[in-house]
Amino acid sequence: MSEDVTLSNISMDFGNFRAVDNVNITIKAGEFFSFLGPSGCGKTTILRLISGFMDPTAGKILIGGKDMTGTRPNERPTALIFQNLALFPLMPIWENIAFGLEVRGIDKATRRKKAEELLKLVDLKDSADKKVSQLSGGQKQRVAIARALAVEPKVMLLDEPLSALDLKLRQHMRAELRAIQKRTGVTFIYITHDQGEALAMSDRVGVMSQGVLQQVSAPNEIYNNPANGFVASFVGENNIFDGKIKAIKGGMASFETSQGVFDAKVGPGVEKNTVVRLYVRPEHSLLAKAASKTSNSIPVEVTDLAFEGNFINVFLRDAAGHTHMAQMQNDPNSPLPSRGSKLHMNFDGDDSLLLVHAKTRG
Amino acid sequence: MTELIRRYGKSLTTLMVLLTAFWLLILVLIPNLVLFQFSFKPYLPVDELGGAKDFYSLNNYITFFTSPIHINIFFMTVLYSSAVTILCLVLSYPLAYFLAKVVNPKTAPSIFLLLIIPLWVSEILRSFAWFIILAFNGPLNAMLQGIGLIQDPIRWITGYNAVIVGLVYSYLLFMLLPIYNAISSLDTNQIEASEDLGASLWRTHWRVVIPHSKPGIASGCVMVFMLCAGSVIVPSTLASPSSRWFTEIIQQWMFEGLDWNTGAAYAFLLLALCIIFVSLVMRVLNVRLVDIAK
Repeated sequence: MSEDVTLSNISMDFGNFRAVDNVNITIKAGEFFSFLGPSGCGKTTILRLISGFMDPTAGKILIGGKDMTGTRPNERPTALIFQNLALFPLMPIWENIAFGLEVRGIDKATRRKKAEELLKLVDLKDSADKKVSQLSGGQKQRVAIARALAVEPKVMLLDEPLSALDLKLRQHMRAELRAIQKRTGVTFIYITHDQGEALAMSDRVGVMSQGVLQQVSAPNEIYNNPANGFVASFVGENNIFDGKIKAIKGGMASFETSQGVFDAKVGPGVEKNTVVRLYVRPEHSLLAKAASKTSNSIPVEVTDLAFEGNFINVFLRDAAGHTHMAQMQNDPNSPLPSRGSKLHMNFDGDDSLLLVHAKTRG
Repeated sequence: MTELIRRYGKSLTTLMVLLTAFWLLILVLIPNLVLFQFSFKPYLPVDELGGAKDFYSLNNYITFFTSPIHINIFFMTVLYSSAVTILCLVLSYPLAYFLAKVVNPKTAPSIFLLLIIPLWVSEILRSFAWFIILAFNGPLNAMLQGIGLIQDPIRWITGYNAVIVGLVYSYLLFMLLPIYNAISSLDTNQIEASEDLGASLWRTHWRVVIPHSKPGIASGCVMVFMLCAGSVIVPSTLASPSSRWFTEIIQQWMFEGLDWNTGAAYAFLLLALCIIFVSLVMRVLNVRLVDIAK
């Protein structure tokens, strides 16, 4: 039904440019796995390597334990959903969906039946004979999914397929993709630069930067325990402090900055002389009239407010002129801080993380 | 029209419309209508013009339909023009696909330059070049004998052989370019999607690339066929004793026989043929005139 995918020491060079740098990972059968990263980080290259449109410069790809080296895309048990979907505009919807079956020599009546079943699955019952151009963005999306499912792939590869949709539809399609994945049990490998998408849908997320896989974890792990500064900054917002570690004891360090000495948790691979920065999430940065005695604290001035509905982003400036952000829940009974007011930003040592910048070699 | 005036102003619009009208009316429509009128009149000495014998009839057309040799040449022209069209298509399609989708986009212009350079030489010279290449004691036979492929020289210029070679060579680009344009406009992702869904190369072409490039194939076929059927220079330069082209008959009527009337009738028969061919190609490939005109 579904297969696992192993990338073993995969590197890909384009001339002098290393697009993918020694990536090692096993994606489990039936898993919804996302590669998350900014454009140019090598995530699309990984997808094209798995689907077989390129061969890696070094390393091996195994699908269900079978080495895929030299296997063309039309012989791999994968189906790729393209960023622009790449539906065939000259064929009616049902022929689009049944194309993979047509290729396999299945007769027309069976093809038609199968196409109609899949159309039902993606909630497009009456569209079999329509043209591609008659469908809306979300409907095209679903046809592309049905077309890929028709060949009963062991592994489904998705290249930012939701990026062209508007926000509402995107959120709807997230849930739908997730539901289809659970229903079919196919291994999904999803490529996106949208952290919200990756966190909301995936069983596990692999964060990439400059061809290097930075961290592979469950979404909550990625957010709560980022492996390094790149992951912390790419997934969510942070208040960042530069400084130097004075001492480390029992997983906690005292970190000397221009704003004072702060307690902070030590991130992975951090030792006394490692170059690190301190990261605090805005929701852990609490605003108060007085400085806290038990946690880290800096004096700040409120520069601006952004009301987001259920929460409010408060923009701050510290004595050194650095900007910070604090996030507070919307509470109709308590007044908002006013612009220019002088407050203190308190943050607990347990919520402060010392992290190296990023992995530069895979 | 109001859109044109808004965009270019009154004077420029008038100029453009007048130039277009001049081209259509004076250069295309009126000469054709004059010839059309000629084709229904008898060929008479000057002093009998407007006399009792000067009346409209279908006699010039009947001349054609009662001369089996001319009918035969007409159908040979249709047959071999179609053959050249098909040959051009078979040769152009893989090359067009290669240029549009396989070759590095940076090197494609240089390849195009190489393809276009021969067009800088006039058609007469190119035909003569082939006449020399294919001659009994020419370089082709010398080369084939040199590499030991044949023992005795082959007589290439017999039947319609040389005419076909010359026509294919002359009009290949008119097939290549429209198909190249059509294939270039195909989203490469569609080719990859087809392959990803399991299609062989052959099926990807049959179901995705060819349907998309049909308008280009149609306009290439129409152009090559019309150029072939209407060609005079290539068929007369590369002719063998047994190859006659219909345009040569028209030329004989008009310039050797000085009988413009019968010549005009023959010319309109050729035009009718081309119109039939165009509609046939459009029907077969299921494309509309606007698709071809693009």
